[in-house]
Amino acid sequence: MTFLDTLLQQSPALIIAIPLFAAFLMPLVSRVHSKLRNIFAVVMLSITGCFIGLLATDVLAHGPRIYIFGGKDLTLPLVRILFEVDAISIFMAIITIMLAIIAVIYSWSFMKEQDGLDKYYTLFLLVVTSALGMELTGDIFNFFVFLEISCIASCALIAFWIYEGEALEAAFKYIVISSVGALFVLFAIGIFYAQYNALNIATLANALQYTFLDKIALIILIVVLGMKAGLAPMHMWLPDAYGRAPPSVILIIMSATLASFYGVLRVVFSLYGNVLTTSIRFNFPLHVIIGWVLIALAIVSILIGVIMALIQSDFMRLIGYTAVAEVGYMFLAIGTTIAALGTSYATVALHGGILHVLNDAIDIGLLFLIAGAIYYVTKKRSLDDLGGLARNMKFTTVFFLIGLLAVAGMPPLNGFTSKFLIYESVFQLNPILSIIAILCSILILAVFIKVLYAAFLGPELPELKDVKEAPRSMLLAMGCFAALAIIIGLFPNLFLDTLVKPAADALLNHAQYITTIVGGI
Amino acid sequence: MFTLETGSGFWNPLIWVLIIFIAFLLFYGIRGFGKSIYKKDTEQTKAFLSGNKEPAPEDMHVKASNLYWGFTTSMKSLYTGLRKMHTGNLSDYLLWFIIVLAVLFVVIGVI
Repeated sequence: MTFLDTLLQQSPALIIAIPLFAAFLMPLVSRVHSKLRNIFAVVMLSITGCFIGLLATDVLAHGPRIYIFGGKDLTLPLVRILFEVDAISIFMAIITIMLAIIAVIYSWSFMKEQDGLDKYYTLFLLVVTSALGMELTGDIFNFFVFLEISCIASCALIAFWIYEGEALEAAFKYIVISSVGALFVLFAIGIFYAQYNALNIATLANALQYTFLDKIALIILIVVLGMKAGLAPMHMWLPDAYGRAPPSVILIIMSATLASFYGVLRVVFSLYGNVLTTSIRFNFPLHVIIGWVLIALAIVSILIGVIMALIQSDFMRLIGYTAVAEVGYMFLAIGTTIAALGTSYATVALHGGILHVLNDAIDIGLLFLIAGAIYYVTKKRSLDDLGGLARNMKFTTVFFLIGLLAVAGMPPLNGFTSKFLIYESVFQLNPILSIIAILCSILILAVFIKVLYAAFLGPELPELKDVKEAPRSMLLAMGCFAALAIIIGLFPNLFLDTLVKPAADALLNHAQYITTIVGGI
Repeated sequence: MFTLETGSGFWNPLIWVLIIFIAFLLFYGIRGFGKSIYKKDTEQTKAFLSGNKEPAPEDMHVKASNLYWGFTTSMKSLYTGLRKMHTGNLSDYLLWFIIVLAVLFVVIGVI
């Protein structure tokens, strides 16, 4: 076995271990020098990124890879913690590490004047660890543990600007919502363990009988993970948290939020994949009911998110509501896939939904970084206090224009590609849903045209005369997102063929996920 | 590589970029036929407000809250309902969670 093979074999564990190790080493490194701390954070995340890249090449070429903690082979009873990494897991891990590296680069300048940065980076790396753990684990209890770590670390980060009372309030709301949700998840896990004496997702999926208790567990998992992903009408914590946390923190909380969305995919497609076609009462297959429930919640999210964003004057809250709408688009695609399971357009919808996860991370991430840059140079949150910034912040304005067009789904940027796939497939299920989605996308454009006019255009305000462009590290972070938005927009097939389609296949081919574990015992 | 197929349609961003580029060329071509009569910092550039004095530029900037005033006013009843829903009260956040849980329980669990 070569050194590279050994690294590859250990990579699922190392992807979690490196940021976790770095998190607890951070207070020590911070004592040496602040620059060393910044470099240490980005180096550790880059190493993690290299392992994710290495694992991605293997998983995309050879199918799912498993890692058994403390054991060499799969043996019964399957009580060991087990990671099962397939194409969708690795796709989500790539998004998480991308967000984390860009957020750290942004933090160099943005957080420079702040105190307590050793704690900031420790908590930051813990959230990264937890999001990656949620995405790579093949054990449902382990998923719960990482969910809890994510809740606690994210809560502390949301309250980082503790001198602002509202940040503390947002953090309190977040921890209560998250804890209640996590307890319900634990209850669902208890249901599985009591019935099947197993916690491994593949083993559970293989044994699932779809009893009344399984129905309850399914409902709990969809609702809790949907709430954590920001699905309306349980979205209210999201604009509060996103509106008050530092923008670099928002990026990493976004990765945890997207990990919850991934949780819904894993539960519906992998855990309940075997019983989705089961007919329940009135001869309705289960997948039709679940699909339409998700579609209904998605439409509510899109409408509420967009309509509420239109009246916000706080820039970060405005983006927070837009993020709710974007989550709605993802669920609309997934709902369509599940409702129309087996049709050709269901697969197209899944491609659109998965690509939209990446596009949402890039577009909403870019807009939050721009909002942060404006706050950094003006110390103002309200759009009512801004105007004429394009004169002094030329690069930021260009990045905002890219973010505006991308998030509104305007061609030829990345947002259009995924929304195009979603519109076309949803239209085949129900044209009215597609029309609502397109109209709401136009409203998103209107929301950000308002921001463009209010903050960047108009006359130069006397109090903002001396405003300067954002520091280089912040521009670099914004530039990375803007470049990705353009590249994905111009070359969508590059990402669809290499990452999105294998991820969609991994979800649809749930038998492979199960047999990788069950067949190996 | 550049054409995205959806089964029922297709999208090629490069064609779109090319069309936009040609449109810009046409725009500049047509612009070239115009006459340059604009003179900066003359009476020509001042706004005519029926003889009234022109306010300071910063006073004329329409604030974000006032943009889309017509839309938000015409949708007042919708916004009143949505504002009532977004109380900012944590108990209400949990109430919505319970409501969705209950609805899904009826739809998936009981039916």
